[in-house]
Amino acid sequence: MVVQALKDQGVDTVFGYPGGAVLPIYDEIFQQNDIRHILVRHEQGAVHAAEGYARSTGKVGVALVTSGPGATNAVTGLTDALLDSIPILVLTGQVPTFMIGSDAFQEADTVGITRPCTKHNWLAKDTDTLAETLHQAFHVAQSGRPGPVLVDIPKDVQFANGNYTAPEKSDTTIYQPQTKGDIEAINELVEAIATAERPVFYTGGGVINSGPQASKLLRELVEATGFPITSTLMGLGAYPASGENWLGMLGMHGLYEANMAMHDCDLMINIGARFDDRITGLISAFSPGSIKAHVDIDPSSINKVIKADIPIVGDVASVLTDLLKVFKAQGKRTNKGAVAKWQGQIAEWRKINCLAFTQKGKTIRPQHALARLEALTKEHDRYITTEVGQHQMWAAQYLGFEDPNRWMTSGGLGTMGYGFPASIGVQMAHPDSLVINVAGEASWLMNMQEMGTAVQFRLPVKQFIMNNERLGMVRQWQELLHGERYSHSWSEALPDFVKLAEAFGAKGILCSDPDDLDDAIMEMITHDGPVIFDCLIEKHENCFPMIPSGKPHNEMLLGEANTQGVIQAGGAVMV
Amino acid sequence: MSALKIKKGSTSHSAYNLRPTFSDEPETHTLAVLVDNEPGVLARVIGLFAGRGYNIDSLTVAEVDHTGHTSRITVVTTGTPQVIEQIKAQLGRIVPVHEVHDLTVDGASVERELALFKVAGSGEKRVEALRLADIFRANAVDSTLESFVFELTGTPGKIDAFADLMRPLGLVEVARTGVAALSRGAQ
Repeated sequence: MVVQALKDQGVDTVFGYPGGAVLPIYDEIFQQNDIRHILVRHEQGAVHAAEGYARSTGKVGVALVTSGPGATNAVTGLTDALLDSIPILVLTGQVPTFMIGSDAFQEADTVGITRPCTKHNWLAKDTDTLAETLHQAFHVAQSGRPGPVLVDIPKDVQFANGNYTAPEKSDTTIYQPQTKGDIEAINELVEAIATAERPVFYTGGGVINSGPQASKLLRELVEATGFPITSTLMGLGAYPASGENWLGMLGMHGLYEANMAMHDCDLMINIGARFDDRITGLISAFSPGSIKAHVDIDPSSINKVIKADIPIVGDVASVLTDLLKVFKAQGKRTNKGAVAKWQGQIAEWRKINCLAFTQKGKTIRPQHALARLEALTKEHDRYITTEVGQHQMWAAQYLGFEDPNRWMTSGGLGTMGYGFPASIGVQMAHPDSLVINVAGEASWLMNMQEMGTAVQFRLPVKQFIMNNERLGMVRQWQELLHGERYSHSWSEALPDFVKLAEAFGAKGILCSDPDDLDDAIMEMITHDGPVIFDCLIEKHENCFPMIPSGKPHNEMLLGEANTQGVIQAGGAVMV
Repeated sequence: MSALKIKKGSTSHSAYNLRPTFSDEPETHTLAVLVDNEPGVLARVIGLFAGRGYNIDSLTVAEVDHTGHTSRITVVTTGTPQVIEQIKAQLGRIVPVHEVHDLTVDGASVERELALFKVAGSGEKRVEALRLADIFRANAVDSTLESFVFELTGTPGKIDAFADLMRPLGLVEVARTGVAALSRGAQ
């Protein structure tokens, strides 16, 4: 029943880990060949792998885990998917219905535990309605603002025979979010576009989630208006990094020109982003002089943090289609003179060259490592995942993304340990592509057990570990905020990553000399199999630019100078 | 500023009331939430309030349509207008929630609450309690030689007022149902 429902939903890959309460489903999986099952080494890995699969394909990622500890181990992945709006379905086994509530072996209140970290969840108590519930779960996961869903299936329900309901016969009227934007608000936005003097597009993960068509329309709109565009961490790739209107990423570690444009603009067009605190900085000083248009499929995102002057609830692709139609019908009106002047101002900001660095000496600087990785891999059919921390921000700054769905990172939840299993999910979906996880050594160790998965399923994922033997971002904050008291932000017992790779039957590469870097990276790319690349980098490098907590966009720190005492008491309490 | 012709905070034509001019003064609103009567739905609604730090001043819930498996949750909450808008949008996002009505802004509505008061006393106080109950049109639903239990239906304000009067007269315990509310008129 479960396997049939998955097949009918077009699922070809399931990431999972068996256990007592899901054995009937595993027995079904054993007796078929349509769905591949990837045995992970920890349930958190299964959920992140499903996320990686989902983010790189736009399809629903599926994970299958057992009751009790299997379900609780899935919670981090579910929360990650909730905050980043990633469509995944997690199937959990449950003790038989007649034992629920008896503190049975491996029993946990899975639906209760996961209620706040799923978009919706179900306890399937009846075999006859199980198939319909599964189809509804797929529908909810991918409609409207996507998100994680969970179906908890007691073991007796798995064993029992029941009537199967096909997807097309299942009732999906239970959830029908609004996707078409209000045309009057769209007209208002076109009017604002026509008169704006200092406009900026601020786009986010919603463009990626809306599908490839949304990215295409966005590019067309940017082209037609000639307005500059910046993006959140989640939205990278929707507009190409090589595009002439591209400002780079904005936010706490965003580019100077992007943040300055956000601060000084008079029209901000937010498409599929949610004014996250990493973006806004000090809210009372956030882009004080601008009219703000906000396109979002989730009504609760609008006016949550920043008041929208032109709110448009709808799917990005649908809204952009209507917007372009009206914009073209009215003769593509923009205030060309003023916008040209604005572009001139932006060009001035660009000259600051906030990402400039010099590689000298015998220690590899992290920026150099990523710049070389970018140079040597950008022509490849490439997918990048990351862990969380300094390396993640450097990757966002120094790698360029030309297409959507090529960049998988844990944005909202900031889950260390996300990147490695996610890279496995991506590689499963794109077996012939180059999949690189840009990692820090601390994050990577959080889910290093998945090396077993990579080796077993011959997934040639490249683990590019930028090893500074520190929790780099924690160390940076301790330096800036806590008087350089580096409380527990370094590791004194790191493994030999080359030997670790060999222990798993994979290849390990150590690189510590900038002169060897290119050859080492080429060796990593050309090796046909999983690689752990231990790149020893400068240990005390800080990630800049940086908007300190509690500061507005136009008070960025650009480098090491003047970093002492810049974060005041008000900012220190923020994360 | 700019040459933009759009007035900040101009009215919305959206299905959602997304463009209010917010004040920072807290307001009390009565929300009627129509939900599927399925296991856990109340936990979803309450969990939303708890998890996001919203207030619940009063909460009532019961099935209102047996064939349609629909329940009505009436929740009275306090927050700034921006928070109230957020609460409504967040409630609307919950999959088994069908409709969210803000009875405080959707036009006139009636609100009623039922309360039981146990008042113990003797002599003059006992007589005074009975006299006040009569004024408030409260019914004595239980009586002993030392006590009454009064039943009172009315607005929360009326119930508060009655509780204040009973306190010096020997109020022992109060049980309140929370607010049930409906919009006035045929719709």
